[in-house]
Amino acid sequence: MTVSPDLDRRFREAAATAGLLDVGFDVVDSPIGPLLVAATDRGLARIFFDAEPELHLDRLAQTYGPRVLRSAPIVDAAHRQLDEYFEGRREAFELEIDLRGAAPFARQVLDQLALVPYGQTTTYGTLADRVGAPRAARAVGTVMNRNPIPIVLPCHRVVGANGSLTGYGGGLDVKERLLRLEGAML
Amino acid sequence: MEAVATIPPFERFYVEHRDVVLGFLRKRMGGQAAEDAFQETFLRALRAYDRLEHGEHLRAWVLTIAARLAIDTSRRARPTAHELPELPVEDGRPAYAQIEHLADGLPPTERAALVLRYAYDLSYDDIAVALDSTPEAARQAASSGVRRLRAVAQEPGRIS
Repeated sequence: MTVSPDLDRRFREAAATAGLLDVGFDVVDSPIGPLLVAATDRGLARIFFDAEPELHLDRLAQTYGPRVLRSAPIVDAAHRQLDEYFEGRREAFELEIDLRGAAPFARQVLDQLALVPYGQTTTYGTLADRVGAPRAARAVGTVMNRNPIPIVLPCHRVVGANGSLTGYGGGLDVKERLLRLEGAML
Repeated sequence: MEAVATIPPFERFYVEHRDVVLGFLRKRMGGQAAEDAFQETFLRALRAYDRLEHGEHLRAWVLTIAARLAIDTSRRARPTAHELPELPVEDGRPAYAQIEHLADGLPPTERAALVLRYAYDLSYDDIAVALDSTPEAARQAASSGVRRLRAVAQEPGRIS
């Protein structure tokens, strides 16, 4: 007896609507490939470039609780805004963010990162300055590397002091593509 | 060294058991009612999921939720049914009310088999599905549970 896609979808939607999920996720298509987007009742929590759910279920459960379920409605707002961003119709995301699980230093850095404007770049050192830790450029790099919500928290806008792209969780080609989309000078 | 199965993320639990739960409900009620009960079963499972203490016998657990819903649904459909007096034991099986309060101390498999058999009246074929086992093993688990309960009930001071 196989559950029909329609029945399956109805249950998943009902679960989200009833507010019963610790974290919900969906796989969202984008020009840079499928993205796994996860959100809690507090807001957007994770974006993974590797969109295979099975890779992330245990980690999501450990961080947010065992009630992890694929369910489109819980990431609906993020999905819509990502679509608009990739179509060039949105420069700023207006989403609640759930950064639980991030250490205090990482949170400070991510808060500053969120302020880097669309279409502009900054450096690891500048971000380090902004959190009052001018010698911590390398630690800032580590925070970027572990950014739980890439694209929305724009670590693609952070480059090396010499202007090189340095690195990116989604691959350097994706970083370059996002910056070109935003019309940033490369 | 973890002896107890950990609780899987709900997504994995749901995908693993959804077809069995739907099949179980379809055998007991019509198409639309079964689909409604399917959704309600997993919503109830979701409500209780973060209070689970371990990941043992999750299929049996979710089937007990489904079975309880099926019983409730059939009672609503036939409102006089629950007014009938509980039948006395006729075939040597204890009525569930007599063993319910004792079942907590049993090993998990025996407890699950016992509860599914006597509380929910599942066939040993269904219990085998629930426990990922064979009908014969399910029968043995249930009867061994009953024997254990009888022994406990005969201990001085344990009869309540």
